[in-house]
Amino acid sequence: MAKRSAPEINAGSMADIAFLLLIFFLVTTTIDKDKGLIRQLPPPIDENAPPPPVIKNKNLFIVQVNRNNDLLVENELMELKDLRQAAIDFLDNGGISAGEEGYCDYCQGDRLSDSSDNPNKAIISLTSDRLTDYDTYVAIQNELGAAYNFLRDREAQKRYGWKFTEKSAELNEGKIVGEAAKDAVKEKLSVIKDLFPFKLTEAEAKQN
Amino acid sequence: MSKFRKKGGNELPPISTASLPDIVFMLLFFFMVATVLRKNDLKVENILPNADQTEKLDKTRTVFIYIGKPSAQYRNAGTESRIQIGDKFVDVKEVKGAVFEEINKLRDELRDYVTVALKVDADANTGIVNDVKKELREANLPKIIYITTQQEAVQ
Repeated sequence: MAKRSAPEINAGSMADIAFLLLIFFLVTTTIDKDKGLIRQLPPPIDENAPPPPVIKNKNLFIVQVNRNNDLLVENELMELKDLRQAAIDFLDNGGISAGEEGYCDYCQGDRLSDSSDNPNKAIISLTSDRLTDYDTYVAIQNELGAAYNFLRDREAQKRYGWKFTEKSAELNEGKIVGEAAKDAVKEKLSVIKDLFPFKLTEAEAKQN
Repeated sequence: MSKFRKKGGNELPPISTASLPDIVFMLLFFFMVATVLRKNDLKVENILPNADQTEKLDKTRTVFIYIGKPSAQYRNAGTESRIQIGDKFVDVKEVKGAVFEEINKLRDELRDYVTVALKVDADANTGIVNDVKKELREANLPKIIYITTQQEAVQ
């Protein structure tokens, strides 16, 4: 009997099978790109804690938003697009005059006596209604965060020649190599953070 | 006659497709590796709000909380915004327990400094978000992140 050679397997359909799988994975893939606004909640309420110090009115920047998503800033109606600049003006004011304690030598604001004394005294208070839309709320958070980022970027640019937000993103993504370099960057970032500490208090509007 | 004709001299040889499967497999492996299959299936509507001052999230030590209206196939859960943690709807009072349950699913060394990621529908109200935040504050989980899409917030 003649020796039969084993028939060759037709691999032509291999590509089709692979394509099918490929398309399945293409469709199910969501390349994750979660980004967002990082915020810190206050610590749990401690009933034995001493009463908080009284904050001067001028050091408080009051932002209120009602159920119709209207914005009231320092008791005046404001458009969302103007909020960033208003917050920058408030934080950067540096109201204490030169030579006195608490003078802000890196502020470039108008130095009004009825606005904040110093960026590390300035507090932003955000009051929202229960029925405020979440996207408005996030937009406000975003604008207030933008004000801080702007000031921190400006200060970091002046002192170190790079932007605060860019450098901290690089640090988080592990683009800075070497422990020593990381520590150096961290220290500089915390210097800038101390110059413009993020102070935002939140409250819910009281129901009448 | 045919004796002198060159064999297929003028025809282009067919392009070999033998390496096509290899190329496709390469792509396939890339997508297989890049794919993260969704762990919990989303039961609420979830169109995120816009923001541009964002930072990236470290995925490994994160617990997700979804808030939004129940999506079409879960209409029996009502039409008001609901909270979803893991696979189930929870009430505001159950948030703490459900979050700790999720934290316990993380690896041991990642359990400290957990970030709670809030994926909240743009149409939801801040009231429910504030309730959740109050619970998280009591549970001593201070680090939160509002997940957003990367776009200017003010149009």
